Amino acid sequence: MNSAASPALALLNARLLDPATGRIETGGAFVENGVIVEAGAKVTQANVGARTQAIDCAGDIVCPGLIDMRAFVGEPGATHRETIASASAAAAAGGVTTIVATPDANPPVDAAATVDYLMRRAREKSRVRLLPSAALTKGLAGLEIAEIGLLREAGAVAFSNGARSVGSAQVMRRALTYARDFGVLVIHLAQDADLAGAGVMNEGEFASRLGLPGVPPEAEAILLDRDMRLVRLTLGADANGARYHAALVTCGMSLAVIAQAKAQGLPVTCATSINHLTLNETDVGDYRTFLKIAPPLRSEDERLGLVEALASGLIDVIVSDHDPQDVEAKRVPFSEAEYGAVGLETMLAAGLRLVHAGQVSLGRLIGAMTLRPAEILGLPQGRLAKGAPADLIRFDPDEPFVVDAAKLRSRSKNTPFDEARLQGVVKTTMVGGRIVGP
Amino acid sequence: MSAARTPYPHRHLLGIDGLSRPEIETLLDLAEEAVAVSRRVDKKRSVLSGRTQINLFFEASTRTQASFELAGKRLGADVMNMSVASSSVSKGETLIDTAVTLNAMRPDVIVVRHHHSGAVHLLARKVSCSVINAGDGSHEHPTQALLDALTIRRNKGRIEGLTVAICGDVLHSRVARSNIILLTQLGARVRVVGPSTLLPPGVERMGVEVHRTMESGLRGADIVMMLRLQRERMNGAFVPSLKEFSRFYGLDEEKLQWAAPDALVMHPGPMNRGVEIDSAVADGPRSLVTEQVEMGVAVRMAVLEALSHNLPNG
Repeated sequence: MNSAASPALALLNARLLDPATGRIETGGAFVENGVIVEAGAKVTQANVGARTQAIDCAGDIVCPGLIDMRAFVGEPGATHRETIASASAAAAAGGVTTIVATPDANPPVDAAATVDYLMRRAREKSRVRLLPSAALTKGLAGLEIAEIGLLREAGAVAFSNGARSVGSAQVMRRALTYARDFGVLVIHLAQDADLAGAGVMNEGEFASRLGLPGVPPEAEAILLDRDMRLVRLTLGADANGARYHAALVTCGMSLAVIAQAKAQGLPVTCATSINHLTLNETDVGDYRTFLKIAPPLRSEDERLGLVEALASGLIDVIVSDHDPQDVEAKRVPFSEAEYGAVGLETMLAAGLRLVHAGQVSLGRLIGAMTLRPAEILGLPQGRLAKGAPADLIRFDPDEPFVVDAAKLRSRSKNTPFDEARLQGVVKTTMVGGRIVGP
Repeated sequence: MSAARTPYPHRHLLGIDGLSRPEIETLLDLAEEAVAVSRRVDKKRSVLSGRTQINLFFEASTRTQASFELAGKRLGADVMNMSVASSSVSKGETLIDTAVTLNAMRPDVIVVRHHHSGAVHLLARKVSCSVINAGDGSHEHPTQALLDALTIRRNKGRIEGLTVAICGDVLHSRVARSNIILLTQLGARVRVVGPSTLLPPGVERMGVEVHRTMESGLRGADIVMMLRLQRERMNGAFVPSLKEFSRFYGLDEEKLQWAAPDALVMHPGPMNRGVEIDSAVADGPRSLVTEQVEMGVAVRMAVLEALSHNLPNG
């Protein structure tokens, strides 16, 4: 991404959505040198002058670009599935202006040199901001703490064990305690590997009918509950606790664990994926491997619980959980197929389903994809404020379209929304004051 | 075919799930005719004359493969058997590659058994011929359920209203799933009986009664259907030991007394004698085990015949 100074540009005649307030007002945004100079009703054609380049937004929504805290970008080591160039093209098309890359690369991002490499590749190849997260444990093996201090110095914005959970409570306790001393954010996907066993979808009647082994929601809640107790152990008279972000919560039991932790004042936040908010276990249908994700899609009751928790703010963040898989990894029997679904390009439109269904306000949806992740990660973007980075998107929330997997920008086409009718088309994606997509 | 018979409208037989009651009854009626044919000296018919049937078995099977082979041959098909043990699938060739390759040889029917649930559905989407599921993972084994239903109907004169106890390792059993769907569809009262570690989560929502002891599960049952317990599942993982399982869930003369006085005993085979079923019961007067094998051939003839009407130029 080119970060040189950008020319002045005005987005006019828009419905500005400020995620800090959730309010929508008619107006415009004036940006220059990569930052927002002014945003509001005052920004009109008359005020910006005829010489400034201006875009008439025709009443579309303009808001901060999305910040996706969980996306696999294929580099290093899995460029047959995705590259930084293709992931960032998908992001730009989907209105995502900041990607936090997961550390499950090959090799895993557990050395400062790998972080350096990713940041260099991002500068050269990415249309959007790409921020590396680093491995919490060496090799993501869950046995030894990674070089958290050195990785942070190199530019890692958070530490996670990627798609794997840290099984050992002892290792997790030490990692959290050490991470606390450096003030870094720990992102953890909680799923007890033993209890999950050979399970490939949500445990219950539907899995039983398909003859597939299931994963009970308890596998998630048990480990999350353990983690909350370990976070509590990191509290001290002279220290704030470790900052813990649950990478994906997918069930009511986990929400109860998070709610309790928040009520106790623990420095805990959580996310769920766009898939878990908009799909359920029955979408697996006739063994559709594109719907095979981890943690698995849950029951409709659980999904509705997640939507409610998003509306109430208990769920802080929505992630794409973008996980491109090549054709061969999915063209096999369900049990053998890889987990994962692409999501960068469709997360906004899929999320708008909840808005159109009247279940979540537009402000809340966008907040969970912009301001909340920015606050959790300590980033200046994600805000519609003077001086904030000019990462903005313009979209028509009502325009309908049909998802065509073949046309996705991602290198892999494993979308669970193929042929789905969605509403919400991104018209402009701006990063640092420059238009980078769609 | 008689005019009153509901035609079988599907290109494949992938499972019992999705079949209507009249469709199931059509297959059972066709099978009755096949029983008569199979008992003649001249067993040869020409329904599948000129047709090619491939039996593609990714999982070892003696009786099912032999049964499909005989069924095809009795209907006049050219039958080819391909046994692809899962471990020896040539490196790099996926299930879909195999399907596409075989499809290019222009078979009319492929009979598939695979160790993964859903694998047969996947294969069926990639070929232009008819596909019969001969067992996929823990999902379905439709011809087994049909042959069980035929066996029951011939011995009891009906299925509606009978109480059928399906006992043992229901969790891993495709036979159990297909039977639950078929027998409930035809109006039987179905019970599943076993330790909870061997019952599928949510099974009570599949229209069955759940029993954890043989005494309550067998009480008044008209049919006692035993399932095979895979050896690798006996030691500690799902049940403590073979000895303990057979003590509490193995069918012997003593436990059979809890069932109705005229109860009949079934087993899909191959049997673990002394584990889930005692030899005295398996070989006793109330056992239908060998008749099930005979009905297997008839049912597979019926399915092949039904599908043949939907083949191109059929």
